[in-house]
Amino acid sequence: MPAEFWYGVEVLLNGLMAGVMYSLVALGFVLIFKASGIFNYAQGVMALFAAQTLVGIQTGLVPFSHMINAMFGTKIHHFGWNVPTFAAILLTIGVMVLFAIIVEKLILKHLVNQEPIILFMATIGLAYFLEGFGDLMWGAEIKKLDVGIPQGGNVWVEESTAFLGGDDFYGFYLDTLDIYATVIAIVLVASLVLFSQYTKTGRALRAVADDHQAALSVGISLRTIWVIVWSIAGFVALVAGVMWGAKSGVQFSLSLIALKALPVLMLGGFTSIPGAIIGGLIIGVGEKMFEFLIGAPFLGGATENWFAYMLALIFLIFRPQGLFGEKIIERV
Amino acid sequence: MKMKTFTAIALAVTMAAPPAFADLVFPSLSYRTGPYAANGIPFADGYEDYFKLINARDGGIGGEMVKVIECETGYNTEKGVECYESTKGEGALVYQPLSTGITYQLIPKSAADGIPLHTMGYGRTSAANGKVFNTVFNYPANYWNGASAVVNHLLEINDGDIKGKTLALVYHNSAYGKEPIRTREELSKKHGFELTLLPVDHPGQEQKSQWLQIRREKPDYVTMWGWGVMNATAIQEAANIRYPMENFIGVWWSGSENDVKPVGDKADGYKALNFHGVGDDYPLYDDLKKYVYDEGNATGAGDQKGTVLYNRGMYAAMLAVEAAKKAQEIHGVSDITPQQMRDGMEALEITEDLMTELGMPGFGPSFKVSCENHGGPGLASVNQWDAKAGQWKQITDYSESDMDVIGALIEEDSAAYAKESNVEEACS
Repeated sequence: MPAEFWYGVEVLLNGLMAGVMYSLVALGFVLIFKASGIFNYAQGVMALFAAQTLVGIQTGLVPFSHMINAMFGTKIHHFGWNVPTFAAILLTIGVMVLFAIIVEKLILKHLVNQEPIILFMATIGLAYFLEGFGDLMWGAEIKKLDVGIPQGGNVWVEESTAFLGGDDFYGFYLDTLDIYATVIAIVLVASLVLFSQYTKTGRALRAVADDHQAALSVGISLRTIWVIVWSIAGFVALVAGVMWGAKSGVQFSLSLIALKALPVLMLGGFTSIPGAIIGGLIIGVGEKMFEFLIGAPFLGGATENWFAYMLALIFLIFRPQGLFGEKIIERV
Repeated sequence: MKMKTFTAIALAVTMAAPPAFADLVFPSLSYRTGPYAANGIPFADGYEDYFKLINARDGGIGGEMVKVIECETGYNTEKGVECYESTKGEGALVYQPLSTGITYQLIPKSAADGIPLHTMGYGRTSAANGKVFNTVFNYPANYWNGASAVVNHLLEINDGDIKGKTLALVYHNSAYGKEPIRTREELSKKHGFELTLLPVDHPGQEQKSQWLQIRREKPDYVTMWGWGVMNATAIQEAANIRYPMENFIGVWWSGSENDVKPVGDKADGYKALNFHGVGDDYPLYDDLKKYVYDEGNATGAGDQKGTVLYNRGMYAAMLAVEAAKKAQEIHGVSDITPQQMRDGMEALEITEDLMTELGMPGFGPSFKVSCENHGGPGLASVNQWDAKAGQWKQITDYSESDMDVIGALIEEDSAAYAKESNVEEACS
């Protein structure tokens, strides 16, 4: 096989890896939409906030130090300690749970039985608030995130596949971070599926997702379920924030990764966890292969963003509920 | 009847009299929020701190205190125009939009209002032709100088011959990012190198396809025209594919600490252009410490001093102050108008002696502005990141760009603008 063929395979593999990264973001949307019918516009900002909090705790940053210094003329920035990564992750999860409780108490509780569009608007407000709050709490500078996951081309994969395509082929390039992200995503999805199938809380989540009224009538607390589901979405946001933040630093643009999740959701459906995964993989592979085969050689490149949406739109025409979404049949 | 007459006279007097301003007003169109905040903050801090120093140490400019009005643009063009409109009535003397998009929108407004723009190292490159762009200045260097300076550096390290070499340009897929393409294409014809264009969509967090292509094609050099997260991501991807960092060169908007620090040690050796000094080893910083920092008056968190973009903001403020002084000298008044400020900018001359006197010896190149040339000499240096020391090192002197190629392009583009906007080329 010529080198060009193997480079095509390389692009396909990298597309799959990129798809996993998109799926990680899409998962958060699916979880909340499934349980509460809310399209959570703030999911991308939650990923940014979670990553900012993790770096802040890990490196011993004093929260709101800029504000404190401006108000009291002090010059404090660091506590002077570093928190081990695992402990920092646990503390960040705690912060995201606290965030979920606050969101439920201050926003969702007051919007029970409101139209989905109102809940959606509330999450837009939440996104902008959290964006500013995160910067105020941890500062707007770009932060390096190091959770011990190695990054860079995997030398073993590269060397062991270099023989495939002759002298012009340098072996497959696979980023070690992406490989880790894939494994983590598999574990995460498996855990979520097991949780929702085999635990009491998981079954309650599914009951609420199926029918709020019926779930309430059998004694399931809607408010508790909302806190749980926002906490899980916060955890998923943390995982996505860590993976993306490790690639490009923790900075504002991390919140824009939500844009990559939209075509995935359109394709996979808003209510299906496997849909988010399969949708992510199709988008990842589709956009990377299109760029490799058509975009870069014939269209001047940078086709990935619009191609992802175009692919999703084509799917929408034939299957509006997405690949795995539930078909909504409304009868009079 | 008497009352009506009195009211009419009062109204006429009020409208005819120029507004009385107590201070020299320098608006700061900053962005401390949004995707580019990490870069907007140090520039805004440096810009304002220099004016604070001028007030505290010198009692203002020519006896007139300086007032900085900060307006948040979020790097958003619409907000930038709003900031301009809301602050110009305060007596604004010069605007630094710090965004090419905002600059393009402000160019016609600036011409109509007579308020100068200073777009240092960005904006519309052909504004260097002052005969067409009477109120726009882009000294000491512009985009096309940058595009050429990189090629000149490659010529220098290849004994003057880059024929047959391959050069990739990774650029932000926007009006800003596309600026160097025409110049590079012309230079490619002139020097015989092969140019590959690799656009990256906003915000630039994802560049896997571009870097897989670079890995496949192995260009001799990769150059970058990025901003914000795109820069750090590109440097990280270059490190991931083990591309030699010393062969990777960014423009001056891809060469701040924010671009290399997130990558860590692997960013070591990455190069970027600059048109001013780096670090805080200048006597000026002693004055800043004494009159600004130690007084608790540092702008923002006060943690940006010596960074590339802080220095750039400070340099922009210094050039504004010197132009204001020149305007006062030309017109013999201390309370200058925006039009007089424009005259000062057009007559600005920066010499080595002046830089030394200002406590910034060697910080920037010497240059003289004229009506024909609002862009200055287009000198640029090359910096290299030393990851171990955690600082940029200036590795070349300020050197000239290819004005034969750039001058012709400036003439062509400014003539096209003059035609479409019905501007008559002239020196006032």
